[in-house]
Amino acid sequence: MTKRPMPQFFEPDTQDFWDATKDEQLTYQQCNLCDEIVFTPRARCTSCGSDDLARKISKGEGTVYTYSVIRQNRNPAFADLGAYALAYIDLDEGFRMLSNVVGVENPLDDVRVGQRVRVIFEKQEEGEYLIPLFIPI
Amino acid sequence: MAQQREAAIVGIHEYPSRYAPDVSAIQIKATSIKAALDDAGLQWSDIDALYDAQDGEGGGGLGLSAYLGIKPTVIDTTQVGGSSYEFQAAHAMRDIAAGKANVAILSYGSKSATLRTPIGTGGATRSGSWSANMEAPYGSTLIANYAMVAHRHMHEYGTTSEQLAEISVATRYHAMRNPDAVQAMTDLQFVGVNEITVQDVMDSRVIADPLHLLECCMVSDGGGAIIIASKEVARNTKKKPVWLIGSGEATKYRENAGDITVSAGAQGAPIAFAEAGVNPDEIDSAMIYDSFSITVAVCLEDLGFCKKGEVGDYISGGRMKFDQHGGPALNTDGGGLSSNHPGMRGMFLLLESARQLRGESTSQVDGAKLAVAHGNGGLLGGDHTGGTIVLAAD
Repeated sequence: MTKRPMPQFFEPDTQDFWDATKDEQLTYQQCNLCDEIVFTPRARCTSCGSDDLARKISKGEGTVYTYSVIRQNRNPAFADLGAYALAYIDLDEGFRMLSNVVGVENPLDDVRVGQRVRVIFEKQEEGEYLIPLFIPI
Repeated sequence: MAQQREAAIVGIHEYPSRYAPDVSAIQIKATSIKAALDDAGLQWSDIDALYDAQDGEGGGGLGLSAYLGIKPTVIDTTQVGGSSYEFQAAHAMRDIAAGKANVAILSYGSKSATLRTPIGTGGATRSGSWSANMEAPYGSTLIANYAMVAHRHMHEYGTTSEQLAEISVATRYHAMRNPDAVQAMTDLQFVGVNEITVQDVMDSRVIADPLHLLECCMVSDGGGAIIIASKEVARNTKKKPVWLIGSGEATKYRENAGDITVSAGAQGAPIAFAEAGVNPDEIDSAMIYDSFSITVAVCLEDLGFCKKGEVGDYISGGRMKFDQHGGPALNTDGGGLSSNHPGMRGMFLLLESARQLRGESTSQVDGAKLAVAHGNGGLLGGDHTGGTIVLAAD
């Protein structure tokens, strides 16, 4: 089981997002006034400034926009992981999220731009929140 | 708009040591300020405007005033990462043109090598803010932000690692002509203090795919200072003034459906060139923040030296070397890749631009008349700032 750094609270913008992970839900926001998709979570719409933001549940499927396979990280939580793929995922609902692409034999060969992926939720050694990660579809 | 010449760099100093365990950062700043004033022929008491990125121990608008014992009447503490000094120079131009300041100081001091700050290859994201809470679990390193830009650029435009390596090669070529850079690479125990080839870059280990070690900036101590003065003051300084003729400021950040291959420079640089009344193809030397090779590549496009997506061909064949034609000389001091990178390199972009336009560079472009300094602060590919300053010889 992995021991990733966890989100820290009090932090009111991202609390709902992380609470939803406990039910294996990937959530994003959409403005009720102008329909703008907002991510990462925050208090006001990035298009019109409204605070009337609806929380929506993503289907969790998307495309790798770009990625990097990291070979060196001095953070102990990742130092022993070996090479791992950090990626921006464009979710089908229209938001972009930083995550890891996992579940591949060799990230150097098996992760690519444009790849279709879907979310999984990874339980951690400590902490109640699940970490959303992505695997190839 | 007609070109304005209201403010000029009249004094410069680059702190020579890149490994300085026995001094503090604020001592580096104060030493550099005195040396830059001496370079200009100005006095401690002439300073009436202080620009400070809140670096060093106890720095900032108040702390540095107190340390120096000065009472400036313009105090600007702009801190936007590595491009802070381009932003501060832009503000000094405005403040001087408005008659609010006559002698402005910008200074920098850092102990990143001594403190072993992981700028290029390490870095862990701390959680606890709205943005960090969404990043910390994923093990993003500083370089990974840049590496993801490189991958997308390669995907969209066919750019290759061999092409990006040309930036490291040209920069090292310049560094080997700069004694301070050679000493820096020696003091910081570079594996080979010599010119390098594209193959050398390709053979160095990958830190974050697709970026290699020799595409990463060094981690050094260092600092410097710049004196910017009004045209009235500049008439009587010791050396020829280097005029600040255009500035641009911009931000770029992660956006849904945003184009990661475009930096903040695409928004700010055209404003700077328009104010200066010059085109990129007139520029003799380009000092562009080389945190990593890809930073330079993207910014060359965004500053208009070539079209978006065409930088791979543009930088091939050694075009960026000071003694080659067809493009500006790039990072002629050796850059962050091979001369110094204490964390906020924007200071050195202005210093080397001034040296080029004074005719004092160790990789001097013959008859250099126009220079551009472009700082990129924060994280390319993540949230960052772009500050562009266009400079002209007297």
